[in-house]
Amino acid sequence: MAEELKLFRTWSSPFALRVIHALKIKGLEYETIFEDLSSKSASLLQYNPVNKKVPVLVHNEKPVCESLVILEYIDETWKQCPLLPRDPYEKAEARFWAKFGDEKLLSSIWNVLITQGKQLEEATAEAVQNLKLIEEQLKDKKFFGGETIGYLDIAFGWTVNLISILEEIIDQKLVDEEKLPLLSAWMQNFSDDPVIKDCWPPRDKMIAKYQAMREPYLKKVVSQ
Amino acid sequence: MAEVKLFGTWFSPFSRRIEIALKLKGVEYEFIEEDLSNKSPLLLKYNPVHKKIPVLLHNGKPICESFVILEYIDETWECPSIWPRDPYERATARFWAKFFDEKCVPAMWKVCWSKGEEQEKLKEECTQLLKILESVLSGNKFFGPGENIGMVDVTGNFVAYWFGILQELAGLHVFTKEKFPNVGEWIDEFHNCSIIKENLPPKDKLTAHLQARFQAVAASK
Repeated sequence: MAEELKLFRTWSSPFALRVIHALKIKGLEYETIFEDLSSKSASLLQYNPVNKKVPVLVHNEKPVCESLVILEYIDETWKQCPLLPRDPYEKAEARFWAKFGDEKLLSSIWNVLITQGKQLEEATAEAVQNLKLIEEQLKDKKFFGGETIGYLDIAFGWTVNLISILEEIIDQKLVDEEKLPLLSAWMQNFSDDPVIKDCWPPRDKMIAKYQAMREPYLKKVVSQ
Repeated sequence: MAEVKLFGTWFSPFSRRIEIALKLKGVEYEFIEEDLSNKSPLLLKYNPVHKKIPVLLHNGKPICESFVILEYIDETWECPSIWPRDPYERATARFWAKFFDEKCVPAMWKVCWSKGEEQEKLKEECTQLLKILESVLSGNKFFGPGENIGMVDVTGNFVAYWFGILQELAGLHVFTKEKFPNVGEWIDEFHNCSIIKENLPPKDKLTAHLQARFQAVAASK
């Protein structure tokens, strides 16, 4: 049966980018459906009635939701270019750090976006600490996956794009080449990879979007 | 020789799930009861990032985060399998396990400890979550896949057991069998399953433990 793959996403969703990276690495063709989250399509609500979010991957009319769940589904369904390590312990480590990225790291990066002054200093310190923990997982490898991009690289991929945008907005470095040399190198290697390079959303649009997300939090502080 | 240790507590739904998984696999293990108010140096060594239980130690190597542990157990000791083998069914199982852990547990825990407007909001959130569970269970006895109780149902253990005790202590009626009959039936089946029954903390002991925590919080205000 011909494979039919559809990806519901928004133009900016970092979690949808994970799915795009994985599909590209596996060499899979798919149809993109862009969603407007302020006016969700009937299809999205049908395919993801529980969380009503993107990304959703629909494979031969069967929906898979939650980006990390989708990554594992893609890896288990199409065996070429494996994303996860084969060894159960290494797999467990990759899953642990992906979860850490989605929970601790993401919330600390969010705090950097929405704070200023002393709070921004504290938020930055916490984010850098989390980034250091992640950097330790690289050890002496080019990618978290080894010589080639793997599950954990894709799981962390959003940081590569979003961090550089945040750094421009707050006019401050989060990933300093001297303090986080390995992570810095990884970000460059990841961005330069031919599979990844062309997938980033338009930078100016991203800056405008995240600036707009930051504004209300800054106004709140000023008005107190 | 394989050596398996599990750091957990008798009252944690997360470490109880791991015990069920290990028992289903027939894996012998040593259980190390942690005092969470005085965490052991070993726990802090094996889970320096989160400093939490459960932690599974296999041949000296630690695995943390309960769902990561459950997948590790299935992949390391292959028979009998406790998670579906088919990728789509597995993705569905992962989705529901995440739903229980990331949506249900935090909301249903917090609602019991909060007050006023915050509690009202959480009550509404819990009701919406229960409505979702109710609709999944219409026409399905379990979270599946298939006709029998499985690991996804086990990952729902907080909803099926802990929440009932907690909400009673908090004087809440967020879940009732009348409002959510399918969930009620699922909870009954959950309690009928022998391996689950044998691995739940005793009700009176758990009630007393949680009651003591409520009292401690009230006294500190």
